[in-house]
Amino acid sequence: MVPDTDWPETLLHVVSGKGGTGKSTVAAALALSLAQSGRRVMLMEVEGRQGIAQMFDTPPLPHEERRIASAPNGGEVWALAVEPEEALLEYLELFYNLRRAGSVLRKMGAIEFVTTVAPGLRDVLLTGKAIELTRRKDKGISPAYDAVVLDAPPTGRITRFLNINTEIAGLAKVGPIRSQADSVMSVLRSKRTAIHLVTLLEEMPVQETLDGIAEIRDAALPIGSVIVNMRRPHVPHEQEIVELTDRKRISAGLAHAGLDKRKTIIAEALFIEAREHAARLDMESVERARIADTGLPVYDLPIISGGIDTAALYELAVLLNEQGLA
Amino acid sequence: MSGQMRPLDGPALDIEQLIQDPRTRIIVCCGSGGVGKTTTAAALGLRAAENGRSVCVLTIDPARRLAQAMGLTVLDNTPRPVTGINTARGGSLSAMMLDMKRTFDEVVESHSDQARAQHILANPFYQALSSSFAGTQEYMAMEKLSQLRAQADRDGTWDLIIVDTPPSRSALDFLDAPERLSSFLDGKFIRILSAPARGAGKGIGRLVGAGVGLFAGVLNKVLGAQLLSDLGTFVAAIDTMFGGFRQRAVETYALLAAEGTAFVVVAAPERDALREASFFVDRLSADHMPLAGLVVNRMQNANADDLSADQARAAAERIEDEDAMVASLLTMHAMRLDEAARQRRLVARFSGAHPSVSLRGVPALAQDVHDLEGLREIGALLGQPT
Ligand SMILES: Nc1ncnc2c1ncn2[C@@H]1O[C@H](COP(=O)(O)OP(=O)(O)O)[C@@H](O)[C@H]1O
Ligand SMILES: Nc1ncnc2c1ncn2[C@@H]1O[C@H](COP(=O)(O)OP(=O)(O)O)[C@@H](O)[C@H]1O
Ligand SMILES: [Mg+2]
Ligand SMILES: [Mg+2]
Repeated sequence: MVPDTDWPETLLHVVSGKGGTGKSTVAAALALSLAQSGRRVMLMEVEGRQGIAQMFDTPPLPHEERRIASAPNGGEVWALAVEPEEALLEYLELFYNLRRAGSVLRKMGAIEFVTTVAPGLRDVLLTGKAIELTRRKDKGISPAYDAVVLDAPPTGRITRFLNINTEIAGLAKVGPIRSQADSVMSVLRSKRTAIHLVTLLEEMPVQETLDGIAEIRDAALPIGSVIVNMRRPHVPHEQEIVELTDRKRISAGLAHAGLDKRKTIIAEALFIEAREHAARLDMESVERARIADTGLPVYDLPIISGGIDTAALYELAVLLNEQGLA
Repeated sequence: MSGQMRPLDGPALDIEQLIQDPRTRIIVCCGSGGVGKTTTAAALGLRAAENGRSVCVLTIDPARRLAQAMGLTVLDNTPRPVTGINTARGGSLSAMMLDMKRTFDEVVESHSDQARAQHILANPFYQALSSSFAGTQEYMAMEKLSQLRAQADRDGTWDLIIVDTPPSRSALDFLDAPERLSSFLDGKFIRILSAPARGAGKGIGRLVGAGVGLFAGVLNKVLGAQLLSDLGTFVAAIDTMFGGFRQRAVETYALLAAEGTAFVVVAAPERDALREASFFVDRLSADHMPLAGLVVNRMQNANADDLSADQARAAAERIEDEDAMVASLLTMHAMRLDEAARQRRLVARFSGAHPSVSLRGVPALAQDVHDLEGLREIGALLGQPT
């Protein structure tokens, strides 16, 4: 089976964007859409917000891989909400057999130290985990996950987050830490990774996206696409509405519709709404042009009225599939 | 200009009274990311200034065009006068954008002699801490607020300071950050780690047993021996400042809780933002912080809401064939009304859970707020009598 996607080689999809633009929502929808063709997909969250549990309406996820959704053709979405503390203990165990030291460390505030003071170290743990998931083999043969989607830190921190192992490699010249860092970077710098930035068609998120793209490119990390989220629904006869200059034109229509009595007030209100709509479209087309200038593939998701629930995620997943992101 | 909003269910937040009252000396705008904290802070500042107050706005992360419009182009970490405001009533407006690192440097400089300060500022561990400790930005925002307030008390420069808050992981970080940082710097762990560098010999192993000694070895490998030694030097250098840090954290907290401070929580009319706002309101009340109320920003405003969504849809259907354009306008109107109603339900739910919290809705403008005119418009919408 050859899935029809723009990203056939990508194992790790990193989803970032300005806070509140819909990173978590898009990451979840992308995981579902990757699972459509029968694949097994891991959705990993690192910000400790239990966003996945909320979206899929399940109890808070422990630091443990859980199956949270299924897709047509036997596809599955698994989820992992990474706790930095747990990840640290795993890491120590992996390299130094030190798990038992955990409680001592915790008492001393060492865990706090690592997870809050040395965000770099925290990022080492989280990126390491993501790469481990892309590499894991079931019974040593087939991959445990066909793809991993990372609900990543926001644009302002994404480059540093992904690039942390380069810094580590600079510090540790030899030894297990160095080889781990090198091997993580080899995946993060390759076609096996794609970084997608979620944005709204508004000035600030777009600006942050453009700044983020520049940074990611400077760091030679693989930028994937821009995902425009919460696009407003298309309004029929938009062009005519935008070009409206005459309230009387509206009153006439209202009279036809039998709204004679209040037609002046209503026409005025609808006229204002038409102007506002035109202003928003103007702004959106300016922002869209700025995104197009990046030359990156762009995918679009509409605003789902009523908000996001599991059904809405499936809806968004289908749209991503149709557009070729998955 | 967008129309006025129908008042929300629940007690009304009287912004005009809040900013006019000379006893209001500090307003803190807080809430989750992207809801309009920076915009609200700036709009309140402009309005208060044009009403005759001497205002300083401390912003954290204004959008680029807004920053330019407010003259926030020289980034020297001190407030600059904003030009283009109406000073007929004798008010003034200054604004600054927080430079987190610079503020931290100032703290170090003010708490130690020059030689020691230089030593600390050059320390790599300090440099990492001052730019990436989780919560540093929050801590520095509060530190800057204390500085501005001290300056205002000393020179009478401002009678109202309005602070924007950083886009934290948790909207509450800025309440906790000063305490967290000072307790971290005071903490046992950092003391032990830095023991060797402070001349306690093979300190770590002896103090806490072999298991932890081994851990120090690991940390050495993970973080690099250099970092640990920098850390030790840093702690030794900063030792004399601990008292000052702690004292400062206590004072800032007291300033926030004092009479004359008002918290304005900002939220968007969305489930998640209102949930955060709920946490926020609860936390402020648990800490006895003075809450002025909740601003629900960017609400869908419907003009002529005497034409109901159902009526608009029915009318649209009647003229679909003769006048498709007006039909489309009517449908759009119906959708706006639906959205407005949905948002009001969400706000009503918040209000049901927090019946004593005063509320103020602000409609979404058709465009970003990126100049003084836009701020003035938001200010007017905030201040309008209810
Ligand atoms: N396409 C969409 N339509 C409607 N609401 C959306 C959409 N995408 C995201 N949201 C809502 O926007 C808010 C922020 O989304 P979230 O995914 O949590 O953002 P982030 O992870 O970037 O902070 C949430 O309330 C979410 O339900
Ligand atoms: N009432 C409003 N109408 C239209 N746009 C708004 C409104 N309030 C804020 N904005 C816009 O929303 C974006 C985010 O606002 P901002 O104040 O920077 O949020 P925060 O500081 O909470 O992150 C900005 O582009 C701002 O211009
Ligand atoms: Mg999220
Ligand atoms: Mg802001």
